[in-house]
Amino acid sequence: MEKTYYDPKDLKKFGQITEFQKELGEKFFSYYTDVFREGALTAREKALIALAVSHTVQCPYCIDAYTADTLEKGCSEAQMMEAVHVAAAIRSGASLVHGVQMMNKVKELTHG
Amino acid sequence: MKTLASTHHAFSAAQRQVDLLEDPANDAPHFADRLRDAGLGTLTATGLDTLQVNLGKMCNQTCVHCHVDAGPDRKERMSHAIMEDCLLALDRHPFKTVDMTGGAPEMHPDFRWFVEQCKAKGVHVMVRCNLTIILANKKYHDLPEFFRTHAVEVVCSLPFYTADRTDRQRGEGVFESSIKALRMLNAVGYGEEGSGLVLNMVYNPAGAFLPGSQAGLETQFKQVLLRDHGIHFNKLFAITNLPISRFLDYLMKSGNYEGYMEKLVSAFNPVAVEGVMCRTMLSVSYDGRIYDCDFNQMLELPLSNGSPGHIGDFAPAALLDRVITVGRHCFGCTAGAGSSCGGAVV
Repeated sequence: MEKTYYDPKDLKKFGQITEFQKELGEKFFSYYTDVFREGALTAREKALIALAVSHTVQCPYCIDAYTADTLEKGCSEAQMMEAVHVAAAIRSGASLVHGVQMMNKVKELTHG
Repeated sequence: MKTLASTHHAFSAAQRQVDLLEDPANDAPHFADRLRDAGLGTLTATGLDTLQVNLGKMCNQTCVHCHVDAGPDRKERMSHAIMEDCLLALDRHPFKTVDMTGGAPEMHPDFRWFVEQCKAKGVHVMVRCNLTIILANKKYHDLPEFFRTHAVEVVCSLPFYTADRTDRQRGEGVFESSIKALRMLNAVGYGEEGSGLVLNMVYNPAGAFLPGSQAGLETQFKQVLLRDHGIHFNKLFAITNLPISRFLDYLMKSGNYEGYMEKLVSAFNPVAVEGVMCRTMLSVSYDGRIYDCDFNQMLELPLSNGSPGHIGDFAPAALLDRVITVGRHCFGCTAGAGSSCGGAVV
């Protein structure tokens, strides 16, 4: 049994998830490959979105993979960090916007 | 940054690099086996279009990734007699292109003479220019004009479109000097549509990662260099760093060697094998020895099958369909879209 929950070597085994459920695993990888093809968005833009989302979902495998991928696609350090800030801003904003709910409740429960 | 030669580093001996790359304890497949498994047999030449001539190891820069271990302290340079041998080779076989490289080839005292002699023989001449050489000394300031006069194709190198990443790889202030040099080349017509003066740019990753789509990178470089610096160029060539010399040393010291080799091997693309540069070129070292490619030259891997090993003995018939000497470093030229001195190959 592994003593840690995350092992960088496990990323290379991702393809093996088909071992326990072939059909769904293969469908996932086919879909995944299609999602990242050049389309209305460039592959480079998609990689930057993936890097941002990787930070939102806090997946260390994804962060490793999409850091390398964005470097390979010619993104600068500033672009990569701005993408992470977008993720962080949405995440913090999502918390903060609930402050309105808190304020509404305060106003409901207290004398105006 | 110092050259490996100046510090007597183990990797300044080519054999030590080969020993590491071909270590039998390494689980990575051998390149020749991988070719065979892919049904490609042995790698053979398909012709001789390009004579790549390394004029010497001297360079005004000492880049972190340099597979030549070039630098200001390197004194090795091609003798005039060997340059004459190269010119004779052009008489013996209709090479289409002479590709001059180094070091900084422009630092060779007979560089301009050699360009003129090659042009007089009617071959296309391309020079691998690191850009900063143009500003390194007053005597090089007229290089753009010299290139223009002789219609030389300039293949310049710029690691990235930002100063920080470029300077980390090439040294402080290199980006700024490179931009100035690019402006000087643009000023005489290089990179301008319809001028016929070709300015291509080599990009190679500044670290242990592979180059992405060449087309995507070209778009990005062109947008940023035009928007921020008003610079034009023709094509971008995305080149993979091969695990040789200072880049190999970097991989070892940074703990990236194993992962990088795995990346190269897993990205093996049988389609890329078709267009690798060694199939149509010959590489001449400063001392006249001939190799299948620039990388085999740096690893001192000789031609196979007893083919003549010196440009003075150049006999095209024996080389046109020769078997190419391969090793694990060759995975660098067949990864993903492939890599050659002219960038991606598929």
